[in-house]
Amino acid sequence: MSTATEQHEQQSEPDTTGTQRMTYREALRLALREELRRDERVFIMGEEVGVFEGSYKVTAGLLAEFGEDRVRDTPISEEGFVGAGVGAAMLGERPVVEIMTLNFLLVAMDQVINHAAKIGAMFGGEVRCPLVIRTPNGAGNQLTAQHSQSFDGWFAGTPGLKVVTPANPADAKGLLKAAIRDEDPVLVIENLPIYKEKGEVPLDPELVTPIGLAAVAREGSDITIVSHSFATVRALHVAAQLAEEKGVNAEVVDLRSLRPLDMETVAKSVAKTNRALCVEEGWPSYGVTAEIAARISKACFDDLDAPVERVGMAEVPLPYAKNLETAAMPNEDRIAAAVLSVLA
Amino acid sequence: MAIAPVHTDLLAMYEQMLLIRVFETEAERQYKAARIGGYCHLSSGQEATCVGVIDAMEDDDLLVTGYRAHGFALARGTSPEAVMAELFGRRDGCAHGRGGSMHLLDTDRGYYGGWGIVGGQLPLATGLALALVRQGKPQAVVCELGDGAVNMGAWHESLNLAALWRLPIVFLVVNNRYGMGTAVDRASAEPDLYKRASAYRMHGEPVDGDDLEAVIDVSARLLDRAREQREPSVLEAITYRYRGHSVADAGLAYRTKDEISEHQQRDPLLRTAERLRAAGATTDELRAIDERVEERVSAAVEFASDSPEPDVDALAWAMHSQGSDEQFARMRPGSPFGEEELVFDGGLGK
Repeated sequence: MSTATEQHEQQSEPDTTGTQRMTYREALRLALREELRRDERVFIMGEEVGVFEGSYKVTAGLLAEFGEDRVRDTPISEEGFVGAGVGAAMLGERPVVEIMTLNFLLVAMDQVINHAAKIGAMFGGEVRCPLVIRTPNGAGNQLTAQHSQSFDGWFAGTPGLKVVTPANPADAKGLLKAAIRDEDPVLVIENLPIYKEKGEVPLDPELVTPIGLAAVAREGSDITIVSHSFATVRALHVAAQLAEEKGVNAEVVDLRSLRPLDMETVAKSVAKTNRALCVEEGWPSYGVTAEIAARISKACFDDLDAPVERVGMAEVPLPYAKNLETAAMPNEDRIAAAVLSVLA
Repeated sequence: MAIAPVHTDLLAMYEQMLLIRVFETEAERQYKAARIGGYCHLSSGQEATCVGVIDAMEDDDLLVTGYRAHGFALARGTSPEAVMAELFGRRDGCAHGRGGSMHLLDTDRGYYGGWGIVGGQLPLATGLALALVRQGKPQAVVCELGDGAVNMGAWHESLNLAALWRLPIVFLVVNNRYGMGTAVDRASAEPDLYKRASAYRMHGEPVDGDDLEAVIDVSARLLDRAREQREPSVLEAITYRYRGHSVADAGLAYRTKDEISEHQQRDPLLRTAERLRAAGATTDELRAIDERVEERVSAAVEFASDSPEPDVDALAWAMHSQGSDEQFARMRPGSPFGEEELVFDGGLGK
């Protein structure tokens, strides 16, 4: 039994149970909105995040809802405003700094590596830096050499940082929320081509995806494909295709978090499948796949029936011409061929 | 007739300046005795700037500096014991032996660090000021930098942000004439560094950084402006460092002994002592300060020597916050697939 007023109230309350199908971009926006509502200390800062509503529209509508103090447009000064985020975080604010793409974070590297990542240890625990930097990487839209890079491994190799790389809308929301609630600097690496991908996203505003846990994105028994970010999306496509066409049953482990790294989930999977392929969108030399392959070779030495294989970006500055770009990318054809070579 | 409170304040400030001078002389001696390692940048000659600016700060104002940090920490009131123990790399140092000479801090006194990358502290200082504004607090930030840092991109970006967002911050350019061994006019197309503020419609002005009272006056005025009107500014304190860029630099490749002697004629300690005498301070009073300072520095060395080294088992201590242990559980030694060589089990949080 309910009165008309109660019914009205129930309708205006946001639904916080179950899931809703939405894009990766919408999931990020929902995470930001929920955290802005939850905690006054949270504020967004970056180029075009406010009036322009985000270069990729992640922050659309947030300026109108939260105002200029919480959604702060910046000049084109990555070193300046990443550093401003570092300082604000040191005084207990929860800045969420948007960098238009990962490529532009290079001009702020000093603030990320020499400052944010050092604060906890270098000052003996006297001050902390709960900063979030979120930025998309990703290639495939003919953006060419300066705008198509994935440096995930550089950051993940730096003690003092945490690096998460959501591959689907649910993790985009859950990991961004976990990052904002974390006491340490966290780099959230998103991915441009998957902003439009859709998936079921939990609506519970208290639900986060824990940092430091990989996920088995697809169960299988013949080979383990270890991937993160967009590479996971490609790996899942390849696994489905190979199951249908070749009867190959691949397991896909989505790392989700590069630092901390969950080798346990990877190693348990390889212990089951005895074969491993590591895929990333960055250059493989000294990259994420290099790290994972080295760790598999130690943790799973007795389990392996074949050498660990890797697929990454061809080691060239990414060219403009569509055919060249496609050839250089860790595309599904290359991943499928690598799977079959490991199984051969 | 001297007015007693001025005389008393000046005596206290003189004592702080002398503390810095004696501390730095001792730090150099300890460095040469290999009890201090790494880089060690001394503030000798720059004491009036350190003490004058800090005297103008209120207790809850914030401070950020570059790596020539000892003088500012001591002036802010961090104990010589905690600073010397940090230089010795000991557990009771202000950063528990993790930071060393360049990375002193004292958050209880609003000192958010000495930073080692030229210019890197500027963006961060704008962030502290932004946080103060967001939190509705009336304080201001003093961001110290050297004359070399004004040629970094971070200077431009930070001044622009500070002016654009009206942040309560004073950029204190300590112009000691040389960025390492490069004279200011060999590095800066506009060697009057304070003039660069005008590019951001920001107030800038120079001060004789060896004149304690002048430094206090202008600092107080600019800090008021920052606190009350949210107007950032640039203060260029023109001073001179007696020692080399760091203890490892003799400091004579790029300047002459005559030049150093000439500056020593205008020594900030001598000048302050003269003012004190003119205000009625007695030789006995000044001698008592000398003795007290010597004792404090000796006590600091003794304290630092006695302080234990940091625990090797705590190598990764405080790198991450409390609550991170669970996140790193699958990466640590002892976990089924942890990498002993890569991650030390040091306790991941304070």
